This record gives sequence, C-alpha cells and structure tokens, in this order.
Amino acid sequence: MNDFISLNQGSGGKLTHQLIEKVFVNRFGMAEPLTDSAILKTEGFILAFTTDSYVVDPLFFPGGNIGKLAICGTVNDLAVAGADPGFIAASFIIEEGFPVNDLVLIAESMAEEALKAGVKIVTGDTKVVEKGKCDKLFITTSGTGILKPDMEHISTGKWIKPGDKLIVNGPVGNHAIAVLGARNNLSFSTPVTSDCASLNYLIKSVLQNCKSVRFMRDITRGGLATILNELAVMTGSGIIINEAVVPVDDPVKGLCEMLGFDPLYLANEGKVLMVVGDGEETRALDILREDPLGKYSEIIGEIIPDKRNLVILNTSAGGKRILDLPSGLQLPRIC
Amino acid sequence: MKYIDEYRAKDLIMKLEDQIRKSARRDYTFMEVCGGHTSAIHRFGIPYLLPDNIKLISGPGCPVCVTGTDFIDKAIAYSKMEEITVTTFGDLMRVPGSVTSLEKVKAKGADIRIVLSGLEALEIAKINSHRKVIFLGIGFETTAPGTAVTIKQAETDGINNFFVLSAHKVMPPAMEAIVKDGVNLDGFICPGHVAAITGSDAFNFIAEKYNLGCVVSGFEPTDILLSILMLIEQVNRNTPKVEIQYGRVVTVKGNVIAQKHLSEIFEPCDAKWRGFGVIPLSGLKLRKDFEMYDAENNIPLKITYQEDNELCICGKILRGLKTPAECPLFAKNCFPENPAGACMVSNEGACNTWYKYNINE
Repeated sequence: MNDFISLNQGSGGKLTHQLIEKVFVNRFGMAEPLTDSAILKTEGFILAFTTDSYVVDPLFFPGGNIGKLAICGTVNDLAVAGADPGFIAASFIIEEGFPVNDLVLIAESMAEEALKAGVKIVTGDTKVVEKGKCDKLFITTSGTGILKPDMEHISTGKWIKPGDKLIVNGPVGNHAIAVLGARNNLSFSTPVTSDCASLNYLIKSVLQNCKSVRFMRDITRGGLATILNELAVMTGSGIIINEAVVPVDDPVKGLCEMLGFDPLYLANEGKVLMVVGDGEETRALDILREDPLGKYSEIIGEIIPDKRNLVILNTSAGGKRILDLPSGLQLPRIC
Repeated sequence: MKYIDEYRAKDLIMKLEDQIRKSARRDYTFMEVCGGHTSAIHRFGIPYLLPDNIKLISGPGCPVCVTGTDFIDKAIAYSKMEEITVTTFGDLMRVPGSVTSLEKVKAKGADIRIVLSGLEALEIAKINSHRKVIFLGIGFETTAPGTAVTIKQAETDGINNFFVLSAHKVMPPAMEAIVKDGVNLDGFICPGHVAAITGSDAFNFIAEKYNLGCVVSGFEPTDILLSILMLIEQVNRNTPKVEIQYGRVVTVKGNVIAQKHLSEIFEPCDAKWRGFGVIPLSGLKLRKDFEMYDAENNIPLKITYQEDNELCICGKILRGLKTPAECPLFAKNCFPENPAGACMVSNEGACNTWYKYNINE
C-alpha cells in the first residue's frame, strides 16, 4: 500500500477495496461481505436518525481528532433527542496525497470511540479527490438510535414551562480554545484540551432516574448563547442565566480575556444543556455529578415568561444584559 | 481567576454602587473615550447599576469605527491587485467601504489574511517573498508601537516585500475636537491602554484648558465604577484634574520605550476620522527614512471615493451627540451581521455593543 492516498484508491476498483479492507473494515468490526446497505432490524421501534459533516482544521488537536469527533458528534445528536444510539454510517472524502498513517490513526480513534459509546459502524463510503479539491479529509457520519415513546417530546421541548431549570454538565469553551491553540496561530501554547466525548451513557443515567427532562441539546457551534436563544424562540419564553455559576475553566477564561472572545459563544463537543422541570433539577444534578463527564455540572438558570423571548444574563458584576445570538464567525472551522 | 476575580468581586461592586448613589447629587454626563470601555460597560451590565442621573456616552475610541471609508476602499483596491496579499486584524473584515467590504472581496478570491499582530504579517511576507504583503495598520497609541517594532524588524531582517498602510491615530486631538464640538460633558473616562503608552500627562491639557476632569480607568467593573466615583467627586468639589485609577498599569509618564519606537518610525499628520472629518495632527505616518515600507508611497493606486450612507449617524454617535437608538438605520437596516455603519461592526463599536447588550430596546 502507498504511504500517501492516491487518486487510484478512490477509483472504486481493487485499490479502493484494499484501502477499505486495510484501514476500516477490521477496526470498525464490519460484517462481511460488504454490501451497499447495512440491513438493520428495528420492528416496532421509533427511530431517531441524524447526520453531520466534520471539517475541523487541524485534524488532530489536544483531546481528540476528526475521527473521534465524528463519532461523538453523531452519538450526541442522537442522545440529546432522548434516543439510544445504535448504528453509524461513516463517509470519507480524502484529498490525494493524504498520509495513510494518519488515516489509520483516525480510523482507530473512531473504532475506540464507537466501542466506548456502544455503537456499531455498519456502513460507509470512501472517495478520493484531486489535491487541492478538499482540505486533507472530511468525514460525514450518520446515525440511528431507538427512541422510547415517552421520550418523543424531548427534541421539540414542547413540555417546557416557566420555572423549569437549565443545567450544563461542565465548563464551556474548551473545544474551541483547544482547536485554536492547535492551529499554531497563537504564539504560545495552551494547556486546554478539547472536551470531545460521547455523552449517551451520562444522558441515559439521567433519563432513567428523572421523569421531567423536558429538553436537551448538545452545545456545539455557536456555544451556549446560541442554544439558549434558539430555545427561547422555540418555546416562546424568556431565559434568565446567572453568569457567576456558568462553569468556565481558568485557562479558557484567561485566553478569552486576552483574545476578546466570550466563552458563552465558544463551541464544545462534550457538553449538553438540559431543561429539567418539576423540582427534579437537584436530583438530575446529583446524577450528572456522579459521572466524570458531569462532575462539574451546574444549574445555570431558568425559563421565565417573556413574550420578547430574550435571554437575559445576570452578570457576575450584579448587572444585567442581553445574551444575543452571535453574528458571523467567532472562529473558523472548529468541528 | 487571579487578577480578574478581585476586580469583579460583587461585594466591592455593591459598595461602589452605594457610594456613587450617595455622592451623585445632580446630573452628570461622562464620556468613555475608549471602545474597550464601551464594550466592558455593557458586557458587565454597568448602566443597570448606575442611578438615572449619571449618563455615560460613548466616544471615538474604537479604532475600527473611526477608520474612514477611504481607507477601507484603498485596502480593498490593493487586495484586488494580482501580486498583493493584504493582512489585517479580524475586526476590519466586515467594515463597509463605499461599495463592498474586505470580507466580501475575500470570498471572491482576494488574498486577505487575518493576523493577530504585525509580526505575524511580517512572517507571511518572509514566507511569500514573491508577493507584496501589506499590513493594515489601525489603532491608537496602543497598537501603533507594535507596527513600529514590526517595521524595525523588517529593516533588521532586510525584508523588502512588506508594507504598511497606516491609519494609526492618536487620541488626545480627538478628545479636544469633541470638547470644541460643544458636546456637553462633565468629564472623561480616559483610555487605560492608550495611557499605558502615553502616560496620563497626555490628558493634562484637557483639565487645564477646558476645566474637565479626566480619570484614566481600567476595564473591570470595579475599575469603571471607581473611575465614575472619582469623576463625580471632582465635579462636586469643582477640582478638574487628571487622576489615574488604573494604577496597576498606567503611570504619569507612560511607556518611554514604546514612545521612542513610535517617534522613531512615525510622525504626526492630519488624519481623517469617520464622522469627524480631518483632525489636525491626529494621525501617524511613516517618517521619510522608512518610506520604503509605506504602501501608498511604493504601490500606486487609483481609486475614486464615494460618500458614506447619509442616513448613518455614526459620526454623531462617535462625537457623543447621539445614541445608537436615535439612528434611523439602527436595528432596521443596520445589524452586526450586515452593518451599514462602522459603529455596528466592531465588538467595541457603540452600536454593536448597544445591539448586543441592551435590554430596553
């Protein structure tokens, strides 16, 4: 096998098969013979189905790489809908000349993360494009998960009421800062690592013990502020957030001060926003904090009646201000 | 977090708030000159903490906002030239020129790169020796020394494909222009980082000539509240003078080394400020000895300029005569994602800050 991906390996012929066999099939534990479709039996269940593309630059960053991200991201999209993630499809667009060793490392991360999250990579596709026609490697993953009938309301948030409490499972902003640091355009190194993680087991333990989880969303691009604004509009209510309790790690805070970013607008890859009602928030918080992925969870605010659908931030200084949607890019290509 | 949390301590903020309420016995109008202050004031929700008889108005201290349309037009024209790479701080990307913006021409293929410092632009010039690399020098006394050092470094390294298009400006002449313009003020919250370079002495003439109090302030909530309290006390006692609140950074004489770099590379010139027109000796241009790094001197450009959108009142906002809410375009035809005026573009711009943070719209 060549050390670098060649156009021939995307031709669909023998070389493509060799590449798929050597890099993907064994690592992903795919059933052979490889067919055009994976056949999945799901009689009588409600399916959640999602897809996402990953174009992060650089491909490797502290705490993860594009492969791990591609699994976590799709697992989390399913988990926050209240579904139990099961099967993943992975599609690769590779730039000619891409080092095969890097592809192997990425495939290994995907396999490892899939094992951790209890999902199976069952089908996929590989294309190679000429040098310059894509930036090294893009991955698209799609996934299905089984949704119990009593979880159907979660993705729409239609049961959200004033007084419901908002919880995040830990400090925000680490992923964006880790990627920025890895891009080498800061003239210093940062100790920040990405929070990239599959949250399905963490979420499941809350859902099994709390009946009043009204809504969940993974806090990715656009950060917490964006999700909160979408939630306010979606539910026709307002939101109050207490800045002082929103967890942010010190190195992230420090870099944000220096670079003029607001951690509330920065991307994460292992954070979930939960809306919990009926006074169950403390119970949910306790369950979250038992898991390493939720150790630093906090109740950060609550839903209030407000026809203007504003997200109001009680600032740490004791003032108040609007937490608005971001306009344009804060950082390019972080997921 | 150390050195941040102390200045955001809520009990201290409440004490200052209380003291301000006790001391404020008439109406007061203060101008925060610096865009960093405008942003901090709204970000921390400070207007909410102040009594109604204290009014803060935003001044001309956002470098992006005061950069003229003609400068953006020049940068765009350069970026369209085949052999040129334009490097810029990110804030300038969306500033509207008379026809388009750097962001839009970049999308069409112009070679425009965002940098975090002049030295990063110089690195790009070193790596791409076959291209001419222009750095857009914007900013006040705070950022201009960085450009000066970059030019010196270019000279040391013998780089001859690096150029600066300078819109660097100095702050005190603009403050004087505001006072002369008849803006009704009781004092200035003076720019902390500009003063770190110039020293607080740079503002003495304002207290002496115009009887206006000046307090050089830091950027944390306790800094700003304490500065407001100091200004109130000055007004109450009728003792206008220059005081330093930001003592952990600012001295009376400033950063002498940075001043030396500045005066070696730059000399004062008349400069156009968006909304003010030309203010005498408020700009910085490269001295004759360093003309080889001056983009305009070395790479000829022919463009015609168009007038600004006449409904936009950025000029009046920058001069403290109007607030963003009084602009007919604000939040109707002018948004952060699609700005009509420069004050809506930068994170430090008065309109952008109002749009993002104000609850009472």
